[in-house]
Parts: sequence; C-alpha cells; structure tokens
Amino acid sequence: MKTGFLIAGALMLATTTASAQTLRIGLVDDPDLLDPAPGKSFVGRIVFQSLCDKLVDASPELKIVPRLALSWETTEDGRVITFKLRDGVTFQDGEKFDAASVKFNIERDKTMPESIRKSELASVDSVEVIDPLTVRFNLKKPDASLLATLTDRAGMMVAPEAAKQAGAKFGLNPVCSGPYKFVERVQQDHITLERNPNYWNAKAYFFDKIVFRTIPDSTARLASLRSGDLDVAERIEPTDVKEIEAQKDLKVVSATSLGYQGLTVNVANGSASKAAVGQDKRVRQALSLAIDRQGLMDAVFDGQFTPGIQAVPPVSPFYSDKFPTPPRDVEKAKSLLKAAGVEHPVINVIYTSSSRIQRVAEVIQAMAADAGIELKLISTEFATQIQEQTDGNFETSLIGWSGRPDPDGNIYSFYVCGGGLNDGHYCNKNVDAILNETRLTTDLAARKALYEKFDAIALDELPIIYLYFDKYIWGMTAKLQGFVAHPDGMIRLENVKLAQ
Amino acid sequence: MSAMLPYVVRRVLTALPTIAIFACFVFLLQKLLPGDPVLAMAGEDRDPATLAALRVQYHLNDPLPLQFLRWAGNALRGNLGESLRNHDSVLHLIAQKLPVTLELALLSTLFSVMIGIPAGILAAAKKGSLWDNFARGTALWGVSIPTFWFGIVLIIIVSVNLHLLPASGYAPISEDPWQNIRTMILPAFVLGNAQAGILMRHTRSSMLEVLRQDYVRTARAKGLPELRVVMAHAFRNALAPLVTVTAVLLGQLLAGAVLTEQVFSIPGFGKMLVDAVFNRDYAVVQGVALCTGVGFILLNLLADIAQLLLNPRLRAS
Repeated sequence: MKTGFLIAGALMLATTTASAQTLRIGLVDDPDLLDPAPGKSFVGRIVFQSLCDKLVDASPELKIVPRLALSWETTEDGRVITFKLRDGVTFQDGEKFDAASVKFNIERDKTMPESIRKSELASVDSVEVIDPLTVRFNLKKPDASLLATLTDRAGMMVAPEAAKQAGAKFGLNPVCSGPYKFVERVQQDHITLERNPNYWNAKAYFFDKIVFRTIPDSTARLASLRSGDLDVAERIEPTDVKEIEAQKDLKVVSATSLGYQGLTVNVANGSASKAAVGQDKRVRQALSLAIDRQGLMDAVFDGQFTPGIQAVPPVSPFYSDKFPTPPRDVEKAKSLLKAAGVEHPVINVIYTSSSRIQRVAEVIQAMAADAGIELKLISTEFATQIQEQTDGNFETSLIGWSGRPDPDGNIYSFYVCGGGLNDGHYCNKNVDAILNETRLTTDLAARKALYEKFDAIALDELPIIYLYFDKYIWGMTAKLQGFVAHPDGMIRLENVKLAQ
Repeated sequence: MSAMLPYVVRRVLTALPTIAIFACFVFLLQKLLPGDPVLAMAGEDRDPATLAALRVQYHLNDPLPLQFLRWAGNALRGNLGESLRNHDSVLHLIAQKLPVTLELALLSTLFSVMIGIPAGILAAAKKGSLWDNFARGTALWGVSIPTFWFGIVLIIIVSVNLHLLPASGYAPISEDPWQNIRTMILPAFVLGNAQAGILMRHTRSSMLEVLRQDYVRTARAKGLPELRVVMAHAFRNALAPLVTVTAVLLGQLLAGAVLTEQVFSIPGFGKMLVDAVFNRDYAVVQGVALCTGVGFILLNLLADIAQLLLNPRLRAS
C-alpha cells in the first residue's frame, strides 16, 4: 500500500514537472505548409518564430536587430548589402550554417515553383559567398524595405541538404535552425516542437516542448484557456478582454497591429469600377467622412482597437501626425455628394462573413445611411472575396492587411500602377514616382517626408478608405513571464518562462 | 445464410455506379464554386506570375473532364492525390482523421441508442402518461437545441467551472486511452443528445404501430405479462425500421460533425472538409467525400442485411 502511494506520488510529481516544461499555445487557424518559401498563413508565421531562425528580426519598436546575421552594411548607392554571419550555428539536423546556406535559401525562395517569396525578393539580383561568414546581396536597384522583408519568411533559413532531399514536401518535416525543432503534426489539430539543445542561444529558451493547437472558435479557445488546457491563446476577441481580466489566474497582453482594415475601392478594374464611388473621389470622401471611426471601435470592439485613416499604424515611425483621424462630418459628406451630383449613391460592399467583420459592415452601413449613402452588403467567404477583387467584380471590398514592419509592405503593391495587390487598378504616375523614390533611400527622415507626400495624395483620392488598426490580444496564464507583445502578432519565446 | 451472398454481391455491384456518379457530382459542385485554389493558397502574397505558374503545375487550366478523369484514374489505382495546401497525401490525411471521426460517430450513436430506444419504448407502452409527455418534451428539446450552443454551455459548466473534463483537444486511444475517453465524453454526449431525440420519436411511433396489431392483442389475451408482450412480441417487430434510422444517423456522422468538432477542437473529417472547401483544396474535398460516400453506402448495406435477419418475410421474397 505504502509503495502504491509512493509510486502514485512519484507519478503525479512526474506529470507536474513534465507539464510545467510544456507550453501549449492556442492558434486561431490551422497553419499551411511549414516551409517558409511557400508558406502563406499568419499562424504559420507564429510557428516559424520558434522553428526557423532568420537573418534579422524586427524589435517591437520596428528596429532591425541581429539574429543569424550579426551586422550588415549597405553601400553608398544602396545596391550592395554585405552581411556578417553568426559563427558556430548549426541546423537542427547538424548541418553547418554559413554563407553558402544563405545563398541556397535566397535562391530557393526565388526559384522554387511553389515559392511565394519571389516578389518580396524581386530586387535581389544575386547572392555571393565572400567567405564562410560573409555574404553579399547584389541588388538590381536599391531596396530600402529589403531588411524588413528579411525579418519574415524570406529571411528564414532552412537546412539546405534536408530541403534539397524533400523538395516541395519539405514542409511536412521541416528542418531549420530555430530554438525548437519539429516533432509531429496532425492537420487541424496540433503541431509539436521540442527543444533544440544545440541552438546558439538555447539558454534563453525555457520550455522542453511547445504544442500549437488549432482552436478556431473564439469561445472554445477562451474556454480552453480558462480550464487550463492552454497556456496562451492568440487573438482573443476584444469583447472578451474584460472577462479575462476578471480572472485571477489569467492575464491579457496586447499590441496594436501593423496591418489595417479598410475599404478597397474599385476605381478602374472593369465595368464595376464605373459606379459613382469608383469614378468620383468626392463620393469616396463623403463615405469616409460619414463614418465615425471611434464610434465604430466602441460599438464593435469595446473601444479596444485604434481608429485611423493612414496605411500604417501609430506604432510605426512612418506614421504621420499631419494626418490625424478627422471627426465624423455628415453635413460635409452630404454637400460633397451634392457637388458630385449623386445625393443617394448605392454602393456594393463585399466582405468575408465572420461575425466580427459582419458587425463592422453593419455599423458602417448605418453610419453611411445618415449621409444618404446606401451600402449594399454582400457577404462571401475569403477565397471568393479575393477572386472577385482580382477579377474586378466589386465596387468596394471590406478587407484587411496583416501588415509589414516597413511601410513599403503596407503601401507599395496596393498603389503602384499594375501592383500585385492593387485590385482596384488605381494608377497615378505621381504616386508611382514617390513610392519608387521611397525605395531608393534608407534615411528615415527623408523617407518619412516622401510618405507624407504620398499620404496627401492618397487621402485625397482614397482608392483605399482606411478604417482602423486591429489589436493583437493574447490571453495567457498569469504564471507566464517575459512575454513581449509585438505589433506583428507573432509569439517569440525568447526569455519566456512559466513561474512555478 | 448462404442465400444472402448473391444478394450482398448484387448490392455491392449496384453501389459502384452510385459511387462513380457521386464522385463526379462532388467534383462538379466544387468547380461551380467561385474562387481559385491557387489564389486561396497564396492569400496575401499573390504575385500573378507565380500564381500562373502554379496553375499550370497543378493542371488547373486543363479542361474539366480531363481533370476529373485524371483524378478518377489515380483514385482507381489507390492514389487520392495530394493536398494543394500542405502537400500531404490525401490518404494519409484520411488515415489521420478517420479513426477520430469513427470513434466520435460510434460513441455518440451508442449513447443515442442507449437513451433513445428505451425512452421510446416506455413512451409508447405508457402512451399519454406523464412519462410519455416528458419523454416527448425532452426529445423535442434534444432535436431543436443547437449542438454548438449546448457544447459551449457544457464546456463552461463541466470544464471551466468544475474542472472535471478537458475543454478541448483529442488524444488518440493508442497513446492515452484515459485521456481519449475524457476528451470524447462531452462531444459524444452533445451529438448523441440530438440523435437520441430523433431515435426516441421513431421508436415511439414504430412501437405504437406494432402495439395496435392483432397479434399483440392476442398475446395480451393469452395473459402474457405486459413486459413480455412489449419486449418480445412488439419490440422485435418494431426494431426493423429503427435499424435503418440508426444507420442513417450514423452515416450522417461519418461526414463529420462540423460544429461539434469545432467547439471541442476534435480533429475529425468535418473540420478538415470545411477547411478544404474554404481553401478550394479539391483533392482533399474529393477524397473525404468519396470516403464518406462509400461509408454511407456500406452502412446502408449492413442495415439492409440486418433487416433481412430481423424480418423473415423479407428473406422469403
């Protein structure tokens, strides 16, 4: 009997220690392929933060900081960037990381058929190995946003030998150089990673195992956090914040996102662009003025999110104080409509039917109605929405962008003539000239001045009517220490631990 | 028993064209949906040149009949293709999910049979009584209550407040049988609850029908105890239609119980199918639909065989 108790006690002890060293994270979605080259999902990027190390990273203040690259130098003309690499780094399968691995990875991103990193790395002409710890990027033209691009999947290094062998199936069994290595995955259920003891900074990572679980339903995710089945849950609903704050054993951490939500207007893509809202900027200005953005935040998000009219959020060094969010002005909206000769325009809005966006659409609809604008809400699902957008089957589309650390990622492809994400086919040579110039200089003040010139035009012509910036809200056990809220919504586990 | 073999063979043979038509139908329905798999796959990072190359690589520009024949040809050779989204083989994905879906379907059906049939028998035997009204009311409640709502309420009471069972997650029975049972109790209860209501109503009406028959009156007139009349004489004859109903209910669960899986985060067919439809991951939708379709047909076949065993009149014809 006594031994029985002892064994039971030992077992209980064993389970407690084991669970204390495992971190369970609840994700909103099931990640796609775990390979940085073809990877597209937001939640996939969260897993990559633990699985795959990158050349450089962005700090919460959006400064570029060293990871696998210790330092970098850009030539005067901006066409050559030379990186000094960290010494003694190995991939999770023991392969050595060096300049040749960097060359392999960038070339893989640029040539692999499945890769969707090609446009991000379009400015890179070639990668040269100078010595094992020095690598040089030769650019076709200066690209001020390249370093920021390398903080994400384009800068993540996979093990070359493993990648060559696995080809397109690499993501089923990824091998990188991050602090945690891949163990197993059940689609739509979980991904398990375990500690990589050979990581160059292993002492800053405290968990033996990380389990990412997919729990799309926000109520179920919150319930799992409250019942102790999860340690961290990402993207908590803003309306659930108060409930978590009321729990002693839980806490909430948040950061305003780098991305935005807005209405993309079809100004020149096919026949649907012939509507008044596409043809006359005064109609777009009226719609923008009719929306009480703070009221929208209060009504839908418990006031948790940040209203805005710019493409970059206040946290960005490129956010301009010269363009504050104007108050609602229904009278001005009406007079603009009158001047445009359409006092009661009917505008179609397509949007993805999630409960959150549905509410946003309904509130905007009610606000626009006060100015005499009738919004016809057309709900669809995401795959259809982006198809309709690229095909030009939309007047306006309520859609967000997850955001990039450099403003170029939030702006360039959406505004330049023929840009890959410019679904409304907006085209203005002056804007193109300004945006191309922003890529040529790395001087922050000079770039900021250029973006302000851009803002002045974009906020007048309004091919995208920005509404607000999301906030990433993480719910977690109060025992979790060292978690840093980052505006990119990622979960970085450096120095994060569970208090006993 | 040996007379049954030709019957089974005939049934299996007639099922084959049904499966072929079904597969073709699912394929066409998918293609009718707007939305482009490659565009859905690329999401935010859509570069027209890359997308065009991917469309060619995955044969998405080929004429529809050719696409279908390519899929069907591979399927006949046991290759259900690869997921566009994660390059995993569809067979592997199905192998991962099928045991979960089967377990959930069987457990909830077991639960509904254990509750629904006895309740139905009692209600019929005591027609018009308080018990009958209570059982009918409860059944109506079970049928009309939305599973996702009931699931969330149970999670909040049982998992969050009482900490009795896990709120979500799944552990394979081979790895941790105890945890497996613990995670399955609530979802099986929620699903079974809805089905028990349906089953109870069918049992009641089927029993009432039989209890009106002459032979039941004769049995009673002979002075047989009521329990024996109801169970041995009436129930056996009322059972035949119930077998079919149960098979249909079980078959529906094979396609996955999307809402319940979602609420309890159980990695079954339902969630995979919905994700695959949203991502236009044609091969996965096609594979799961085929697997479910075959399962449904098999179940119906088993139900018909059970009917034959239960009902001698059918055997004679």
